[in-house]
Amino acid sequence: MTKATAAIVGSGNIGTDLMYKLLRSDVIEPRWMIGIDPESPGLKRAADHGLTASAEGVDCLLASGRPDLIFEATSAYVHKENAPRYRELGIQAVDLTPAAIGPAVVPAVNLGAHLDEVNVSLITCGGQATIPMVHAVSRVVPVEYAEIVASVASPSAGPGTRANIDEFTKTTARGVETIGGAHRGKAIIILNPAEPPMLMQDTIFCAIPAYADRVAIAASIEEAAADVAAYVPGYRLRTEPQFDDPTPMSGGWARVAVFVEVEGAGDFLPSYSGNLDIMTAAATRVGEGFAQRILAERA
Amino acid sequence: MSYSAELDVRVTDSSLRDGSHAIRHQFTVENVRNIVAALDEAGVPVIEVTHGDGLGGSSFNYGFSAVPDQDLIATAVATAKRARIAFLMLPGVGITDDIRQAADNGASVGRIATHCTEADISIQHFKVARSIGLETVGFLMMAHSQPPEVLAKQARIMADAGAQCVYVVDSAGSLIMDGVSDRIAALVTELGADAQVGFHGHENLGLGVANSVMAARAGATQIDGSTRRFGAGAGNTPVEAFAAVTERLGIKTGIDTLKIVDAAEEIVAPVLTNPPALDRLSLTMGYAGVYSSFLKHAEIQAGKYGVSGAEILIEAGRRKLVGGQEDQLIEIAAGLAQRK
Repeated sequence: MTKATAAIVGSGNIGTDLMYKLLRSDVIEPRWMIGIDPESPGLKRAADHGLTASAEGVDCLLASGRPDLIFEATSAYVHKENAPRYRELGIQAVDLTPAAIGPAVVPAVNLGAHLDEVNVSLITCGGQATIPMVHAVSRVVPVEYAEIVASVASPSAGPGTRANIDEFTKTTARGVETIGGAHRGKAIIILNPAEPPMLMQDTIFCAIPAYADRVAIAASIEEAAADVAAYVPGYRLRTEPQFDDPTPMSGGWARVAVFVEVEGAGDFLPSYSGNLDIMTAAATRVGEGFAQRILAERA
Repeated sequence: MSYSAELDVRVTDSSLRDGSHAIRHQFTVENVRNIVAALDEAGVPVIEVTHGDGLGGSSFNYGFSAVPDQDLIATAVATAKRARIAFLMLPGVGITDDIRQAADNGASVGRIATHCTEADISIQHFKVARSIGLETVGFLMMAHSQPPEVLAKQARIMADAGAQCVYVVDSAGSLIMDGVSDRIAALVTELGADAQVGFHGHENLGLGVANSVMAARAGATQIDGSTRRFGAGAGNTPVEAFAAVTERLGIKTGIDTLKIVDAAEEIVAPVLTNPPALDRLSLTMGYAGVYSSFLKHAEIQAGKYGVSGAEILIEAGRRKLVGGQEDQLIEIAAGLAQRK
């Protein structure tokens, strides 16, 4: 079977890790790796794996080739420049930057609704890890408020995240609402410098009605965890969902707390960087969804 | 080295912020009005008012406030005649919009806190705080966990971003005497005339006042305390004792010792239904280097899961948890219960 062709724009750590995942795909052939620095180790690695590696940027790519898909792993600023050009050419783009141009997608929750989009955003790592859990609860009972706490190993938080941590909390909180289905969302991020580095750990608190069916909620959470693990193998629940009755300090709500951790696949990035792995794994899953649709139309 | 022509050290009272932990963030408007009036009258120059975990801290993870932060800040501003009102914010928990709102409500000192190796996440917040005319203070939390030279480099990041003072924050109450002096001296050397240096102590090893005196002698010109030790863990450096000690030592703070002693006894003590104590759990935190705010959370989870609070805290220390990771205590307690 032929595969859909893809270009990875951005030859840094994320782009490189993504390349290894795409090289294993049954439906995507990563054919181009585009960077801006000829000395970039990511470009060398790409060339070693048979990709066309170019430091000439997106202009050169679009002048010489026409990928079916583009994965953007640059920065929000660069993606905002590039996105209109991909759109003009009708190339579907999967955006791993925080640019948030297209609709936000969490594969386990809403990929099916966005297979035709010309540009989709992957929100944040914290969003990818936690929104499926909020959704798992909100499909059983109404969730008035949901709050997520993402703990990330310090060495896996890059300069972009550090320079604009408000963007992480605001974007994630919005995704908790719009995709997770909570009426109101809040996100907290903590960077932990412990050595050896900790795995990415996320806690998801959802307000639930006092008389909610806790067995049904727990079952929905287990199911959602398995759905995510299907494309992020290192995604797992750390313990069973924990339920609490309302107290004055809980805002008067009963709540469920879900504890997950994400161990990276170690394709290129270290396994503690579950926060980055879940982004490249989600990007791969979204790209495969796009590719299957493209290939079906061609068949 | 002095804070100003009039003061050797400037004291910030954190009863209405760090103390928020001690009463599970249930301060009322009346509490704030009464305590601010008494501290102001006693000559305390800066009073910090916020949820214990800073602006935006009202949450499942840290406990919801009885009254929104911003309302308490506005109350404090309306009450104080001389004192400046400060707030705390932790990047990753609060956002810059919260800083702007606190300034709109009349707060004039913005204190921005990160774990002591993560100063670079505060740059955007210092820039905003300075641009709207706030006096700025940086907080390097869990300062016991890093050597002086690492702290000095992190302090430099905050100062370059716009912090006018950087604090060595002994969140775990784990620093002992020379450990304070060495860290303060390293920051003073690094920052020079670019920013002042401060110290925020806890009583988990019973050293709040002594450590604060060491800090002042090493060149710190801003010192935190809480009246009646009203803070997390075993509480903070008691401001009334610090005022008495500094007066005896000839260190000028501008605080009227007798008035602050009265305020502590008559106004603050009655609000403290469950006063911070140097008991088994808080001592364990100082000993094991655990974030003081974990105390109440550990107590609650220990009760819920029928496990030992000390074991929860020791595991938190073993995992090297940092401030803000209160959620992990639930998972630790559930794990301990499962293994029983």
